[in-house]
Amino acid sequence: MAQLILKNISKRFDGTGRAAVENVTLTVREGGLLALLGPSGCGKTTVLRMIAGFEAPTGGTIQIGERCLASDDTMEAPEHRNMAMVFQSYALWPHMSVAENVGYPLKVRRLGTEEQRSRVASALAAVRLDAYADRRPADLSGGQRQRVALARCLVTDPDVVLLDEPLANLDRHLRQEMEETFREFHQRSGATMIYVTHDQAEAMALATDVAVMSEGRLLQVATPEEIYARPEGRLVGSLIGQGAILSLPSPVGHYRLFDRATMQRMLEGGAGVAVDVLVRPQDVEIAAGGIAAQVLSVLFEGERYAVKLSLPDGQVVRAFSRVSVQVGESVPAILHHGWRL
Amino acid sequence: MSRFRKRANGQPGWLFPFVVTAIIILSVLPLGRLAVTGVASALAGGAQGVLTDPTLWRPVYNTVVTSFFGMVAAVLLGGGFALLLTLFDIRGKRVLGFLFMLPTMIPPQVTALSWISMMGPSSTLLKAIGLAPPLGSPQPLYSIGGIAFLFGVQNAALVYLSLRAGLLALPRDAVEAARLSGASSFQVLKDIILPLSLPGFAAGAAIAFVSCVGNFGIPAILGIPASIYTLPTLIYQKFAAFDAGTFADISVLSGLIAVLCVLGLLVESRVLRGRDYRVIGLSGQIAVFRLGRFRLAAELLLWLTIGIILFLPLIALVASSFAPAYGVTLTPATVTLHAYEEILLRQAVTRTAFVNSIGLSLTTAFGLLLVSVLMGYFLVRGGSRFAAVITALAEMPYALPGVVLAVAFILLFAAPLPLINVSIYGTIWIILLAYLSSFLAVSLKPVTSAFRQVDPSLEEAARLSGANFGRRMRDILVPLVAPAAGASVILVFLIACNELTVSALLWSAGTQTLGVAIYNLDDSGSFNLASALSVLVVIMVIAMMLLLEAMGSRLPKGVVPWRS
Repeated sequence: MAQLILKNISKRFDGTGRAAVENVTLTVREGGLLALLGPSGCGKTTVLRMIAGFEAPTGGTIQIGERCLASDDTMEAPEHRNMAMVFQSYALWPHMSVAENVGYPLKVRRLGTEEQRSRVASALAAVRLDAYADRRPADLSGGQRQRVALARCLVTDPDVVLLDEPLANLDRHLRQEMEETFREFHQRSGATMIYVTHDQAEAMALATDVAVMSEGRLLQVATPEEIYARPEGRLVGSLIGQGAILSLPSPVGHYRLFDRATMQRMLEGGAGVAVDVLVRPQDVEIAAGGIAAQVLSVLFEGERYAVKLSLPDGQVVRAFSRVSVQVGESVPAILHHGWRL
Repeated sequence: MSRFRKRANGQPGWLFPFVVTAIIILSVLPLGRLAVTGVASALAGGAQGVLTDPTLWRPVYNTVVTSFFGMVAAVLLGGGFALLLTLFDIRGKRVLGFLFMLPTMIPPQVTALSWISMMGPSSTLLKAIGLAPPLGSPQPLYSIGGIAFLFGVQNAALVYLSLRAGLLALPRDAVEAARLSGASSFQVLKDIILPLSLPGFAAGAAIAFVSCVGNFGIPAILGIPASIYTLPTLIYQKFAAFDAGTFADISVLSGLIAVLCVLGLLVESRVLRGRDYRVIGLSGQIAVFRLGRFRLAAELLLWLTIGIILFLPLIALVASSFAPAYGVTLTPATVTLHAYEEILLRQAVTRTAFVNSIGLSLTTAFGLLLVSVLMGYFLVRGGSRFAAVITALAEMPYALPGVVLAVAFILLFAAPLPLINVSIYGTIWIILLAYLSSFLAVSLKPVTSAFRQVDPSLEEAARLSGANFGRRMRDILVPLVAPAAGASVILVFLIACNELTVSALLWSAGTQTLGVAIYNLDDSGSFNLASALSVLVVIMVIAMMLLLEAMGSRLPKGVVPWRS
C-alpha cells in the first residue's frame, strides 16, 4: 500500500465543450479516508471512475506509490489495479448467492477452495451477514445488499477502496447505521478509501480528509475540522456547514478571523473594499448589546430554534436561539466571529 | 489516443473488427452486390427491356392488387382483434391472442395448403362430411381474391401486434380526462382512442403490405396453377427457366419489389404526416370497457373467426394427411397413416429436407447467438459512434423480402470465391449464409435489449474483481442475458425451420429444406404427403411457441413478439 497521487488530471468527454474534470491534483494519504464532496455534476464521480480505471484521463497522471496507473502513454486496466468499489446501485450479481458474490474476486484470482471459503466467511462475519451466505441478493434488504457489497471489497485486501455515493439509496435511519459500519470497516482494514458524496454531513462524519469540488475543479482539501473552520472561497464556505455569507467592508490588514469588536465595526460600515465574510449560526447570539435585527423566520428544531435575522443593511444571517422569538420582532444580535473567505 | 480510450472501456482489440467483419459479410456485401447489379443493368438498358415487357405489367398489377386487398383484410381482422382484446372485458384474452398469432407463425405455403384442403371439389374434409362441390367445379382459392384473402389471414397478426402496442402505450389519463368531461364509452373510443391509435393502425398496415409484396409461399401455391404470377413468383419462374439474361432480369425485378415496399412505407408516412401524437403523460393499461350484454356475442364472434381462419383449415389439413390419396373420401375405413410413413421412413427427399432444415436452423440459431452476443455487447456498451449505422445494417436484410435477399446472395456467389476459387453456389453453405444474414436482426434484438437492462456497474464490479473480458462474459454477462439468448435461439430456429422464400431460390438437388419439400410435393401432385409434412411442421411451430410462452415471464419486454 502506498499513497495515491493524482497529478493535473483532466477529463474531457467527446462532443462536450466543457471539461468534466479540470486539472485536479490530489494526494490521498495512505490509510486515509478522503471524502470527495460537491454538488451533483461537479465531476467527483468522474474522478472516482478515473481512479478505478473505467475512464481514461485526457491529461495528467495517476499513480499509486511508484506505480503509474494512468498517464499519456500507459493505462492500467481496472482488473489489474487491485482496487475495490462499492457502487451506488451496489452492483451485486443477481444470479449468484451472497457468498458467491463476495467470493468472486477470490475465484478470479484462483485462490484455493479452502482459502476462499474462510476469507468469504470472515468477510461476511465482519459485516454481520454470516447467516445470509446462501441467499440471493434479491432476497436482501437495501442495507444488507450494501453490506454484501462492502464484504466483497473486504475479501481481497485492496490497495484502495472506492465508494460511489453508497448511502444515496438508503433511508435516513439506515444511513446512520451504515456510516457506523463504514467507519468501523475503515478502522479495521486500514485501507485507503475514497468516498464520493454530495452530503456534507456524511463527509464530515466519516472522512479524515475532505476534498471539495465544483464544476470540475478541486477547490480545497483539508481535514474536516480545518475545512469547517477555515474554508477557502465562497463556494466552499456555502457548501460546508451552515452559515451566512455577508458582504462587508474589509478592515486593513491580512486578518481572516474577525472577533466581535471587528465584526461590530465592519457592520457599522466604514472604508474598505467589500469582502465575503462567513458567519456561522452558533456565532450569532441574540443578547443585549448587539445590533438591531429583524426576525425573518423561526423554525423549531427540538433542541433549539433556528432563526433567520435581517441586519439593518438588509443582509441575512442565521442564528440559533434557546428561546422562542416572533417573526417581525426586532432583536439585538451579537456576531461573535466572522471568517473572511 | 483512441487506442488509449479503447483500453479504458475494457473491450478486447478484436471486438470492433469482429463486429465490422460480420456486418460486412452478412449485410454490406450482399446488399451492395444487388445494388451494383441493379444499377449496372439499368444503365446498360437491361432495365428498359424488362420494364417495357408487357408480360411484366400483369405480375406487377397482381402484386399490387393482392397486397392491397391483403392489407385491407389484415387490417380488418387484426384491427378488430386488437381493439376487442385490448380494450374490452373479453374472457380468455391470452388464449385468443396466442391462437391469433399462429397463422403468422405457420409457414405461408402450409397456410395455403390447409385452405386448399378445406375448399374446392377435392377437399377431403368436405367430402368426409358430404359437402364437397361437384368434381370439375373450380377451386375458388386459385384466384386473385383467394391470394389476397390468405395474405390477409397470414398477416393479420402483424396489424394486431402493431395496433396493440400502440393501444397499450395510450395515456390512461387521456381516457380518464375524457370520461370526466362526460364522454360515454363509445365517445371515448371514437374521439380519443381511435384517433390516437391511428399511428399503430398505419404502421401495422404498412408492415402487412410490405410483407404481402414479398410473400412467395401463398402465390406460389395458389397462383402458379392458375397462371397468376406476382413479382416473387415471377422471379422464381424466370430463375427456373434460366438463360443468359436471368441475372440482370431478376436484379431489376427484385429492385421493383423493393420499390413497391418503399412506396408502401411512403404512403404510411404520408398518412401520418401532421399527426404527431407523441404520447404525453403516463401510459398505462387503459381501464377496459365493459361490453355488458354484448360480451358473449363478441366472444362468440372472436372464437368463430379463430375457428374459420385457424381451426377449420388445420382440421382440413390433418384430414388430407390421413387420406390415402388426394380426392379419396375419408371414412373410418380409409383413414391411413400411409402419408406419414412415406415422408418419415420411405422418401429420401423428405428425410434429407428434415436433416437440412433442422441442421441449417440449429447452425443459424447458434451461430447467430455467438454473433449477436458479441455484437449486442458492442452496440450497448461499446460507446461507438458507428453503433447506429451497424444496427441499421444488421436490420436491413431482415426488412427486405426474402426473394430480394436470395437474389442478392445468388448474385454475390454465382461466381467462385476469389483467391480460393471454390464456388459455394448450389451448396448448402449459400443457404446458411443467407439465413445468417436474413435472421441476424431476429437474433440480435432480444440479446441487445437484454444487455440494455444489465446495469453497467455489474460489469465494472467484475472488472475491479480482476476479471478480464472473457471471464466477465462467461461469469457475469452471459448468465444475465441467458434467458433472452435462449429466446433468440428458439425464435431463429422457429423462423428458419419454416422458411421457404430464400431456400426456394437457393436450393439445388440434395439441399432442399422443409419449405421446399412441402412445395415440391404439392407441385408434383402428392397432396397428402405435402399435408402430412405440413402437419408435422405445424406441430413443431406450436411446440416452439408454447416453449417461448412458458419462458415469457423471465424475458425482457418485447422479446416474445406476441406477449405484451
